[in-house]
Amino acid sequence: MSDHNYQPSSKLGKWFNDRLPLLTLSNHLTEYPTPKNLNYWWTFGGILTFCLVAQIVTGITLAMHYIADSDLAFASVEHIMRDVNYGWLIRYIHANGASMFFLAVYIHIFRSLYYGSYKSPREVIWIIGMIIYLLMMMTAFMGYVLPWGQMSFWGATVITNLFSAIPFVGEGIVAWLWGGFAVDNPTLTRFYALHYLLPFLILGLVVLHIWALHVPGNNNPIGIDIKKPSKDTVPFHPYIVIKDGFALLMFMIVFAFFVFYSPNILGHADNYIEANPMVTPTHIVPEWYLLPFYAILRSVPDKLLGVIAMFAAIFVLVILPWLDTSKIRSAVFRPLYKQFYWILIADVLILGYMGAMPAEGLYLLIARVATGYYFIHFLVILPILGFKEKTLPVPLSITEPVLGGAPNLTTAKYKESFDK
Amino acid sequence: MINKVKNFIKILSIFTLIFFTTAQSNSAERAKLLKTDWSFIGLFGKFDKGSLQRGYQVYTEVCSSCHSMKYMSYRNLGEKGGPEFSEAEVKAIAASFEVTDGPNADGEMFTRSARLSDKFVMPYENVKAAEAANGGAYPPDMSVLVKARGGGVDYVYSLLLGYEEAPSGMTLDEGVYYNKYMYGNKIKMASPLSEGIVEYGDGTEATLEQMSKDVTTFLMWAAEPHLESRHQMGFKAILYLIILTIMVYFSMKKIWSRVESEV
Repeated sequence: MSDHNYQPSSKLGKWFNDRLPLLTLSNHLTEYPTPKNLNYWWTFGGILTFCLVAQIVTGITLAMHYIADSDLAFASVEHIMRDVNYGWLIRYIHANGASMFFLAVYIHIFRSLYYGSYKSPREVIWIIGMIIYLLMMMTAFMGYVLPWGQMSFWGATVITNLFSAIPFVGEGIVAWLWGGFAVDNPTLTRFYALHYLLPFLILGLVVLHIWALHVPGNNNPIGIDIKKPSKDTVPFHPYIVIKDGFALLMFMIVFAFFVFYSPNILGHADNYIEANPMVTPTHIVPEWYLLPFYAILRSVPDKLLGVIAMFAAIFVLVILPWLDTSKIRSAVFRPLYKQFYWILIADVLILGYMGAMPAEGLYLLIARVATGYYFIHFLVILPILGFKEKTLPVPLSITEPVLGGAPNLTTAKYKESFDK
Repeated sequence: MINKVKNFIKILSIFTLIFFTTAQSNSAERAKLLKTDWSFIGLFGKFDKGSLQRGYQVYTEVCSSCHSMKYMSYRNLGEKGGPEFSEAEVKAIAASFEVTDGPNADGEMFTRSARLSDKFVMPYENVKAAEAANGGAYPPDMSVLVKARGGGVDYVYSLLLGYEEAPSGMTLDEGVYYNKYMYGNKIKMASPLSEGIVEYGDGTEATLEQMSKDVTTFLMWAAEPHLESRHQMGFKAILYLIILTIMVYFSMKKIWSRVESEV
């Protein structure tokens, strides 16, 4: 990186920077050459950072008033909602913040899938991202248990029970997770401790994620390697800062709408009923962001295989950089991949919908087909597509596309000829 | 540029829509719920104070003989955004209830009249006592009841008006009633309201619909006591964000005009 030779202008700055190069770091961050053709789908990294910080700040505030005790937890949440100054605001930001966080992370992941951002040399960024995603799901799941409503309790029971499918040691592992023989106070207190811990692990991984990003630099919509810095790049500040800021504000408007005008629409009504081990809700449904995995889990008739399928659904994402054999990154130049990409999106949405429906009859059948297709996409279609697909010619740089003119014009032209 | 933003918003709104439909499909609805004109819905939705006061009367004269509201305090009745009874009225309401306090200096429990800081007095000592007195069914606590039911206020309102003769062929056990909107259509609560069961002090006619609407409004406030300030703050927050977004948009255009690439 060229900014290693950065010298602070002030004497004090130089003295400090020689001892701890924080100013070099800040210079690197502001000067960081970014492709100038990044579209708005690239703003979700910044949005996600905001989400994480918002969750940590509101979460710590809630922790000051929340009581992790199976007899008191539900009442302490009501105390926050009623008697803590602006407690309702903090809690609704935190609860809806989880949904907004996942909305943003899904857009971020699917952006990466479309533009091939997971491919060489960015595999490590991708894998760290997947670990973050896994930790996010664990954190969200444990956070949902804390209000100790009916869905908290029964969701925790269903999910922890999955581990009982492991042969020989399953039952022991479940008892160890629970700290007893059922989901109870010890489960609540340990989930609380972990729910507080994991976000800081995520924060650490986010730093690594960004660090790993800053080695090769950003991918871009046309997915080519670019010279940095060059005519194809702009410095991160002010160009990307203001653009990310603009997108973040738009995102915050949507966020605010949920918080202020429909704060409970994304949650389940049953979670306003205090946990009762003697009464099982008619349908136990996880939060919307876990529904596709829940559908995969339920579509396999065998419990152990269902659990394996669910974890495999995440694992195929982790090894995606090696499953996708195409050298071309961006879907813009991969006409066939582009179609399979949209089919995959539809498939995941269908899985999500089936996860919310009872696992019976036609719903179950559709969920099974969709589960099958999910794995076929990653394990069969992607590896073969890399060899079979006729890709479109890729421009040499952002400013100098192959045939002159704007890059998207070129693509359009080639797409036309391809369609014929 | 405008087109790009438009496309972006289009795709985002599709996501949001899917979001909504899946969220709502969670609360699978059965019989179509009755609707009424709630004053607290919408951007500037506020509670109708008269309705809240009447609703409290229905709750206290009818519901509270079986249903507790353990997260509510008497002081809440006088707070802003609620029924806003005057301080004297709230004190009189509180004083009409007896609570057990103690132990005193002699180690004895004693009863005294309730104060503003006391929680609503519960009709039964505990859940078991409530079940024993109601044929084994626990009358749920009403503090957050409307948020705890799919369909929310519309569901509670419909349920109160949903008592009918059981269709022929359906046999009901002793103490079980037919309700159009209840899950499985069987409910262990007899129709709680009937014409003229309460007499409103403000001269409003106590029809079944009126009482159902008033008490449901009261329950909505009980579940969301800060709804009014939430709506007020929400409007200001979103307006502020929109203005800021517009300003940042033009700053962005200005900054990006230095490079030939489009934002």
